[in-house]
Amino acid sequence: MTVSNTASVIDWARQPSYLYEGYKSTVKRGPTKPLIPMAHTLSELTGPVYGHDDLNPLDNDLTKNSAINGEPIGERIIVVGRVTDEADRPVRNALLEVWQANATGRYWHKVDQHDAPLDPNFRGAGRVLTDENGEYRFVTIKPGAYPWRNHHNAWRPPHIHFSIFGREFLSRLVTQMYFPGDPLLALDPIYNSIPDESARQLLVSTYAHDITTPEWALGYRFNIVLCGSRETPFETKEV
Amino acid sequence: MSIQTGSQTVGPYFNIGMIRGGENSLVQDETVGQRIYIKGQLLDGDGQPVKDGCIEIWQADAHGYFNHPADPNQAQADPNFRGFGRSETLGAGFWFKTIKPGIIAGAQTPYINVRVFSRGMLIHALTRLYFSDESTNADDPLLNSVPPERRATLIAQREEFGDVPTYRFDIHLQGDQETVFFNP
Ligand SMILES: [Fe+3]
Repeated sequence: MTVSNTASVIDWARQPSYLYEGYKSTVKRGPTKPLIPMAHTLSELTGPVYGHDDLNPLDNDLTKNSAINGEPIGERIIVVGRVTDEADRPVRNALLEVWQANATGRYWHKVDQHDAPLDPNFRGAGRVLTDENGEYRFVTIKPGAYPWRNHHNAWRPPHIHFSIFGREFLSRLVTQMYFPGDPLLALDPIYNSIPDESARQLLVSTYAHDITTPEWALGYRFNIVLCGSRETPFETKEV
Repeated sequence: MSIQTGSQTVGPYFNIGMIRGGENSLVQDETVGQRIYIKGQLLDGDGQPVKDGCIEIWQADAHGYFNHPADPNQAQADPNFRGFGRSETLGAGFWFKTIKPGIIAGAQTPYINVRVFSRGMLIHALTRLYFSDESTNADDPLLNSVPPERRATLIAQREEFGDVPTYRFDIHLQGDQETVFFNP
């Protein structure tokens, strides 16, 4: 359902509705009753605090963190970006969790029965924290497109799933990063569930030649803007 | 103001990236507080269990403090309690082992913030868990803002009275018993 509540931290003009017919699974899973406005108390303005101790050294390199006996197959890429709040202030020590299909469009997951090969050297999961400037960087393999059964001949455009913990309970975001120039985007109901064209385009990463590393990997940039209370942010202590 | 990034579903394969195991137990040996279990099912519009959902909880420690810089009492927060938990919902539902939270400064009754993700949800949903054995629930302003006939969807029912009591909290995404979800 769509709500208009100007006090909400959620910009419902640019966020998907719970019910979106083009994506069939929403029909039985999207809440239907009106949302109840919620004031922001201390429990909404706090959230789990993460630090470097929570991560392993290879968490930000998906080409290495599950390799068994060699390099994963596919096009190696570097993904960078900046996590900010709506006032363009960096969000430091934000935890990003990412997961994705391999280069053939197959997930390392028992439910995924797509007839494409698994890669023993690529499980497709990683984590990274943002730095002092809210910036993050990880290395991975460009994911493949994959079929799903939402409608006839339905294919998900290549994407990387992102789960982000900002500084507050209210800032939590789960989204997907897409790749520029992809003809499948126009056909994808999940991408098109974002009601606003400009907001949709923000889910598409940009090619970043400044990040591209000679003889090694192409770079992509995906900046993320988290919602949250309008309060002055508290500086998270260095961990 | 920058445009906030749009939400997208976690999809069916989120456990690759979001579930590492162990995050549904929030307690260590040193954690202060009354141990409790929270168990429940996530149910779709047909009343069927959602087998690829994810529940996250966020709560204060046993004294009502958060280990977070926004809490003026952070220095007194339990160092052995992060307050965050996460559980997949498989066929049998979700469960957490945690502690009964204290009452947060300025609040009236204990509660836990709950967030729901699943395939088929393009954006997560927020709700709250209150405890059936707290008489102070009647003083809670958010609970009182909910239509009376829907308040029961937010109350976890105490089911067992052993050393570690269990609170039952089913989440209905749709239907007559649709859980109350909030717009923060
Ligand atoms: Fe996917």
